[in-house]
Amino acid sequence: MKHLIPEFDVMRRRYPAEATSSMVLPCLHRIQQERGHVADSDIAELSAYLGVPRIQIEEVLSHYTQFRRAPIGRWHLQACRNLSCSMRGAEGVIEHLSARLGIAPGQTSGDGRFTLSTVECLGSCGTAPVLMVNEAYHESMTPARLDALIEGLSRSGATP
Amino acid sequence: MTGRKLIMTFPVTATSHLLQDYRARGGYATLDKVLREMRPEQVTKEVAASGILGHGGAAFPAGRKWGVIRLNDGLPHYLCANADEGEPGTFKDRWILENAPHLLLESMLISAFALQVRHAFVYIRGEFDLPYRRLAAAVEEAYAAGYFGQQPLGTDFACDIVIYRGAGSYVCGEASALITSIEGKKGYPRNRPPRLTVRGLYQRPTVINNVETLANVTAIVSMGGEAFRQIGTPKSPGTQLVSISGHVQRPGVYEVEYGYPLARFIREDCGGGLHGTPIKCIVPGGISTKVLTAAEIETLTYDHVSLTKAGSGVGSGGMVVIGEGTCMVRLLQILLRFYHHESCGQCTPCREGMGWMHRIIDRIVAGDGRPQDIEQLIRISIANDGTTICGMGDAAGYATLGIIAKYRDEFEYFIEHKRSRLDGRLEVANHG
Repeated sequence: MKHLIPEFDVMRRRYPAEATSSMVLPCLHRIQQERGHVADSDIAELSAYLGVPRIQIEEVLSHYTQFRRAPIGRWHLQACRNLSCSMRGAEGVIEHLSARLGIAPGQTSGDGRFTLSTVECLGSCGTAPVLMVNEAYHESMTPARLDALIEGLSRSGATP
Repeated sequence: MTGRKLIMTFPVTATSHLLQDYRARGGYATLDKVLREMRPEQVTKEVAASGILGHGGAAFPAGRKWGVIRLNDGLPHYLCANADEGEPGTFKDRWILENAPHLLLESMLISAFALQVRHAFVYIRGEFDLPYRRLAAAVEEAYAAGYFGQQPLGTDFACDIVIYRGAGSYVCGEASALITSIEGKKGYPRNRPPRLTVRGLYQRPTVINNVETLANVTAIVSMGGEAFRQIGTPKSPGTQLVSISGHVQRPGVYEVEYGYPLARFIREDCGGGLHGTPIKCIVPGGISTKVLTAAEIETLTYDHVSLTKAGSGVGSGGMVVIGEGTCMVRLLQILLRFYHHESCGQCTPCREGMGWMHRIIDRIVAGDGRPQDIEQLIRISIANDGTTICGMGDAAGYATLGIIAKYRDEFEYFIEHKRSRLDGRLEVANHG
């Protein structure tokens, strides 16, 4: 994490002086963006950099579902299964992905390429069903579009 | 057409979200006028006169919230735009973030001036990628143009802004949890009093408004609060961005003037049920508002008085249309799974109650329902109401009570026959 400190210092300039503790989430986001997850060493170093207790960082990591403590697949497929998506075919999307990738939600494929998750409302109900692939939304998914997507992702590199 | 427009007033193009286009539409002229000609308290007076109600779900009058801030208390004040749009069925703030980010920023600068705020925040849900990138780019454009930072436009008013990204926690859309989250902690709601306008972020007076509420401030100040009040109905001034989804022919975001006929909106403006499917019921404003049957919506207008009188509400503007043939038992199962998943665990009635309700509905759907399960769901919903720090547990109860009250026969059938009367369907068929 230490090499990110100059970046964190720049980020802090727009925060009020009393808001050092606020930096926990943005710093963790940046760390995870780079490493793919947050490692034990990151927690210790962030705690030292910000002067916030380690337990605060641990609590944040356990409370927010987007933070990860362990690596996952190259492509993280997150299928929404809340109300509007379920009403427009989300169950079929999840079954299709499961069958095609040979993994259940929560699992990562053997080659480390794909992790499949189910999530609650992504705020994309008008273009349901929606699938989030890493950061990007893929909307109005159909089996044909899922197949095209997976084929495209399979051809891309196994590492970022 | 769905009445007069205040937000969706321009055609969306490849560049309509950029500063240049926003300025060409008259953007930042209101800020300029405010900084040159108005005093902070005059701005607050206009917002109060407009009668605008919060657009995040609770419909609290924004002017009353702002009125709590004492300009000369010597304390730093904070302003937060709540862009943690997460109420299932709701995607209207995303429209503003993606298509009109500068409208939000200009409105926030005007609001920051009115409330004497040096540091403003936009709390945006972590999953929102395009909205974040659009807003972040707009912030940099606005800094480069001199609106943010030290002394924008050569005045002695200065404001910085931070876009703060959440990380996947529904409860952080609740204002006090949002503040705890901006403080870099797990998103636990806080007990009130003290109100957040008295002691909010870092124990400072803090105003938190929904994105759409804030986005209206530019129009309110530009036309004057009294003129704004002429739009909509006397008790629901202005317009509402309605995001409509589910079994509807033309889903999307629509700006609806309050008072517009509800059935006409769904049938004519949104094309009615998907593939011509008759409508069974609607969720009018996010899943926490009670469902309204097809017969009920016929006589209603889209405003707070009308929907509240019908036992439901405008809520977050997230409307979900549910077609005939949809199994309400499985539908409730989705909602209760969601509430259980999102309970932060701080308060016992919600932490335990959500899990309990989720287990009961799972049991019914699995064909193992017991005759007393319906009463048990009702009992938990009622017992939880008002016993927790935030309203999440209450909301789960409202949704449950609303569905059971109108579709109890489907639950009774499911328990007695160990299967859905409607084959557990959530989707509608395309006969076209």
